[in-house]
Amino acid sequence: MAFTPTQTDTAPPVSASKGSTGRAGDKIFSGLSKGSGILLLVIMASIAAFLTYRASIALSKNEGNFLTTFDWNASANPPVFGIAVLLFGTVVSSIIAMAIAVPIAVGIALFISHYAPRKLAAPLAYVVDLLAAVPSIVYGIWGALFLVPQLNGLNLWLDEYLGWTYVFDKTQVGVARSLFTVGVLLAIMILPIVTSVSREVFLQVPRMNEEAALALGATRWEVIRTAVLPFGRSGVISASMLGLGRALGETMAVATVLSPSFLISLHVLDPGGGTFAQNIAAKFDEANEFGRDALIASGLVLFLLTLLVNGAARLIIARRKEYSGANA
Amino acid sequence: MAKRIDVSGLSAFYGNHKAIDDISMTVEPRSVTAFIGPSGCGKSTFLRTLNRMHEVTPGGRVEGKVMLDDENLYGANVDPVAVRRTVGMVFQRPNPFPTMSIFDNVAAGLRLNGTVKKKSELNDVVERSLKGANLWNEVKDRLNKPGSGLSGGQQQRLCIARAIAVEPQVLLMDEPCSALDPISTLAIEDLIGELKERFTIVIVTHNMQQAARVSDRTAFFNLAAVGQPGKLIEIDDTERIFSNPSVQATEDYISGRFG
Repeated sequence: MAFTPTQTDTAPPVSASKGSTGRAGDKIFSGLSKGSGILLLVIMASIAAFLTYRASIALSKNEGNFLTTFDWNASANPPVFGIAVLLFGTVVSSIIAMAIAVPIAVGIALFISHYAPRKLAAPLAYVVDLLAAVPSIVYGIWGALFLVPQLNGLNLWLDEYLGWTYVFDKTQVGVARSLFTVGVLLAIMILPIVTSVSREVFLQVPRMNEEAALALGATRWEVIRTAVLPFGRSGVISASMLGLGRALGETMAVATVLSPSFLISLHVLDPGGGTFAQNIAAKFDEANEFGRDALIASGLVLFLLTLLVNGAARLIIARRKEYSGANA
Repeated sequence: MAKRIDVSGLSAFYGNHKAIDDISMTVEPRSVTAFIGPSGCGKSTFLRTLNRMHEVTPGGRVEGKVMLDDENLYGANVDPVAVRRTVGMVFQRPNPFPTMSIFDNVAAGLRLNGTVKKKSELNDVVERSLKGANLWNEVKDRLNKPGSGLSGGQQQRLCIARAIAVEPQVLLMDEPCSALDPISTLAIEDLIGELKERFTIVIVTHNMQQAARVSDRTAFFNLAAVGQPGKLIEIDDTERIFSNPSVQATEDYISGRFG
């Protein structure tokens, strides 16, 4: 995920060669930075090439349709495997995670940056940053042992009152090892990163813009609505994409919580489903050479999915670039 | 429209530091009053007490009374938000909302005030305000372009248009030309001359020629020493301040003997 929020807002860097006077220091630094840039491209390209090569081996022998097949029988003869379930599960659990996490994260970020008294804001910000550092396996264990039983009640409640929406209709009994639970867990996991990037962006809103709103007779909420949120918009999108990237690729936490099955069901409360990363983690150890190639093919799709998501986010940001506040 | 400002015994603080001490003055409606004085004398702080912006600064606190006609701005039941809708402000650096178009910048105050106007009515007010700020002809073809794309002088006039769109009683200007070139400055000064027909205007300036050019009355602020609170030395007709002030310190400052 080569995507940082600062990249979106800053002007392109001044060409290094222009200021160069031919001194040794300039040359070394210019060479180093150019080298780092090229290295990054080389790494990206070799990852893509590796994935594509190994994936093509598996795909050429696949007897099923890779995109529409539900099952994953790479070791069968002939092999039949497809990503339909994985793509569905990955996207649905990430959408649930984003829907829960982004509004809460923006709320926390606004509270820390604009509402909380200073004495409270600093420790709160620190705690949020600390949460971002918790390893995902810890979240996974916590999710499986604590969150799953706790969410049983919520699942039943959603089923009873929102069951008519189809999405929240729980058709199978059993513990909440569902895509919904995975979404909730992912939401908790991405909350800190989305919060802390959003907070930084909100803190960068120029004081004079906020004063302009105040002097027009804006209340505190109106200041946030007219000056803070529009200014932070692209930053919040970037933050969400960082979170989404983590949610899409999250492995251990999902593998620990979900009880996988190769079914597609929009009843998100029902146990079952799967994600790319979870499927790879679950099968990689036991897979033979060909099975691994097949898993790599699914990894390639995940890779493309994240690229697509990032690209879309950049488009959204670029579309309103002249209003971003960067040229103020 | 325009109202008289009557300040009595006003002091302002940053935490425990007293920034201005015991200021009393009257500002007549439909006139321009200029505040001059050396840096740090508290003239900007005093200006910000007139629309309760001073207390927005952490630790900012005010004692004393500011009467706007019959209403004390620091009365117990007065909402600072309502005060700022009555007393508009233009800042030192042009600060249009960077995320908004020219049109939306001018309409921002109207939308805030909750009086959700009809689109046609909003169009009228925006056009009237931009004309009032002598900016209409320059921007009428690009109202949907971002305000931050204008030149500095145009941005400042946009901010003036934004401030007058909500029809305030008083317009406060905190060194509105100090970030502008001479031509833009002239445009703003001309504008001030027109605006005083409708508003009570108070302007802080470091430029004494500007004070002499635009204002009817001039107030001179000074401080005894660095760290001491600023005080109002005298306020009088501008002509008199610049020809025959009654306090020696004023004459010294104006003739460039200090400050």
